[in-house]
Amino acid sequence: MAETTAHHIPKPDREPPGSYVGVRGWIMQNLLSSPLNVFMTLLGIVFLWYSVPPLLNWLIFNATISGDTRDNCIGTGGACWVFVKIRFNQFMYGFYPSEEQWRINLTFAVLFIGMLPLMFWDSKLFRGFRYKRELAVFLLFIFPFLAGFMFYGGVFGMPVVETSQWGGLFLTLIIAITGIVASLPLGVLLALGRRSNMPVIKMLCIGFIELVRAVPLITVLFMASVMIPLFLPEGVNFNKLVRALIAVALFSAAYSAETIRGGLQSIPKGQYEAAASMGLSYWKMMGLVVMPQALKAVIPGIVSGFIGLFKDTTLVLIIGLFDVLNIVRAASQDPKWFGLAVEGYAFTAILFFVFCFGMSQYSIFLEKKLHTGH
Amino acid sequence: MAVETRENPSAGRKLKLSFSDQRFRAVVYQAIVLALVLAGIGYLASNTIHNLETRGIASGFDFFSSTAGFDIMMSLVPYDPVDSYGRAFLVGLLNTMLVSVLSIILCTILGFFVGILRLSDNWLINKIARAYVEIIRNVPLLLQILFWYFVILNLLPRVRQSIDLGAGFFINNRGTYVPTPIAEPGFSLIPIAGLVAVVIAIVIARWARKRQDATGEQFPVFLTSVGLIVGLPLLASAVTGFPLTFDYPELKGFNFAGGTRMPPEFLALLIALTTYHAGFLAEIVRAGIISVSKGQKEAAKALGLRPNMMMRLVVLPQALRLIIPPQTSIYLNVTKNSSLAVAIGYPDLVSVFTGTTLNQTGQAVEVIFITMLVYLTVSLSISLFMNWYNARTQLVER
Repeated sequence: MAETTAHHIPKPDREPPGSYVGVRGWIMQNLLSSPLNVFMTLLGIVFLWYSVPPLLNWLIFNATISGDTRDNCIGTGGACWVFVKIRFNQFMYGFYPSEEQWRINLTFAVLFIGMLPLMFWDSKLFRGFRYKRELAVFLLFIFPFLAGFMFYGGVFGMPVVETSQWGGLFLTLIIAITGIVASLPLGVLLALGRRSNMPVIKMLCIGFIELVRAVPLITVLFMASVMIPLFLPEGVNFNKLVRALIAVALFSAAYSAETIRGGLQSIPKGQYEAAASMGLSYWKMMGLVVMPQALKAVIPGIVSGFIGLFKDTTLVLIIGLFDVLNIVRAASQDPKWFGLAVEGYAFTAILFFVFCFGMSQYSIFLEKKLHTGH
Repeated sequence: MAVETRENPSAGRKLKLSFSDQRFRAVVYQAIVLALVLAGIGYLASNTIHNLETRGIASGFDFFSSTAGFDIMMSLVPYDPVDSYGRAFLVGLLNTMLVSVLSIILCTILGFFVGILRLSDNWLINKIARAYVEIIRNVPLLLQILFWYFVILNLLPRVRQSIDLGAGFFINNRGTYVPTPIAEPGFSLIPIAGLVAVVIAIVIARWARKRQDATGEQFPVFLTSVGLIVGLPLLASAVTGFPLTFDYPELKGFNFAGGTRMPPEFLALLIALTTYHAGFLAEIVRAGIISVSKGQKEAAKALGLRPNMMMRLVVLPQALRLIIPPQTSIYLNVTKNSSLAVAIGYPDLVSVFTGTTLNQTGQAVEVIFITMLVYLTVSLSISLFMNWYNARTQLVER
């Protein structure tokens, strides 16, 4: 026996069985691995068979896009995108005069280009760009005012466009961006206040945060629209949009404060002690040591807060502002387009989905990029 | 903690009245902030009082007893336009509670179901569940409510072609009709029997656990409890001669007579709230279950536990610890988001009270104050209950 084993030459490896590799293997393992799994797959296929083809037919294959009246869509059984096509400009800009719309386009283009180096700071294209800090400060603190002048007009010979004419996706973006920009600094202050060792400041911050978080945004908006006129001295009044902006900013500040507080709590005590032993004052300790680490830790949370805020901007419909959802709703009540609300809602849903899904994918990308754990 | 680390160099010494003393600075800053806040509130209050006077709006809570004068399409308690604002407030509050509680129950079931599908080995099922979660979570709730409302009003059949769901349930574009239970004399015995059954079941469960701890013998607690809780009330109703009858809805002419009508607004809100929050809950459930390490499942298998016992005794208790805190905030969100009802006209608290009542009386301060108080109470009660439940399920560390 011994001599046979000494001269044993192994046979070449056999191919793995077909049920473990390739397309067949994948199907066997992921769809048909057990009787239950086979049943589930069948169920899934039946579900898709009854849901996807009708949906695609409605959305694309039987849909009508040519023409400019409702009559073009009769009897097709598909979506009537003519409605969305004809009203598209209104859905985007509200009642903003069409000859002035370049102001909106230009401002948002500048904002978009300005944000690229900050969003993808690590990519090859922007790694050499030195002035990111200055750019961020400009976009956060100076740009909003410039944008306000651009939209409202009245300077450099641009005619004034009253805020009652603002609407559509443009208004939605204004409310969302204002909420985001205002909520961050306010949220940082509230979070610091809540963790402060001064009892009065701590109680005020806790009271504000918990009160705002306990009530729905609608009541805050209602409050802003009926109480702010009462609060102000006679003769002084803000318009509806400004009141909504104040409400949204305060509301989202309370939520970001809680997110940021989570980040502050995740910073080990040693960091505070090290900063204190270097002789840094409170604001320097927070600004140079604690906040940079805390904010980095909660960026994903902040982004998901932004997604929530972006969706919540639709609630301004209730106090009568014409954001994109409200303008779609109003348009679908036009007798000329009666009964086409589903097309309008589908369009709005796709719009929101693109924005929100994009933001959430970006947040996943950020999480991976920032994951510089030890 | 900032509190301990910003060590006060002057701690233990006498307070110096100078800005170099941190404690002195703290007192001064707080005094300034407090003074500013109080001055701000005072300024706003004086403006408000002045404005209310010039507009001739009454203040105080007298309006609660004056006649409301508007009708409400759906109420759980008898309501008539000649009733008071207080009664209207109660109707709105009950409607908010009804839709919130039902949505919370349904979204828990759907959320756990989708969350478990999200973890399925089956690629197809997994992807379908993921598509559901992504679509639902990335579209605003208000849009979904409007969508369902439109669908129910326009795509459900007219009254004459109502869908018959059997057992006296009908559905059409005017709402959902359900049989109304009518209690006859002797009915009170049935809930009492149910209560007794629950108490006996709890006692049996305690006894069975003690016996299992002592002897290792098991007792079919679940089956006995179900038998008791179903059986005793049935027995009670048989003894009293089935005192519960139903008023079935019936198609008479152009509309249904009898039964209870749930308006389409209610149905739309219920569907939207349930499906929306279930999407969020599904992700939480999924995250909770994957957080339980594989070794735990393997250990459970090695001990010879069957899959359902492994899930019930090993995986879920550990997963729930992570699931419960975010689940609380979902429940809070359901309650708060039910206020979106105002967009489609479902008469909830915000719609009836903060909307109509405020418009009619103009007493913004009182109305907003009460609305906030209600939501604050509801939020605090839910979070207190969930904190208590959370404390029970938390890991007890030595």
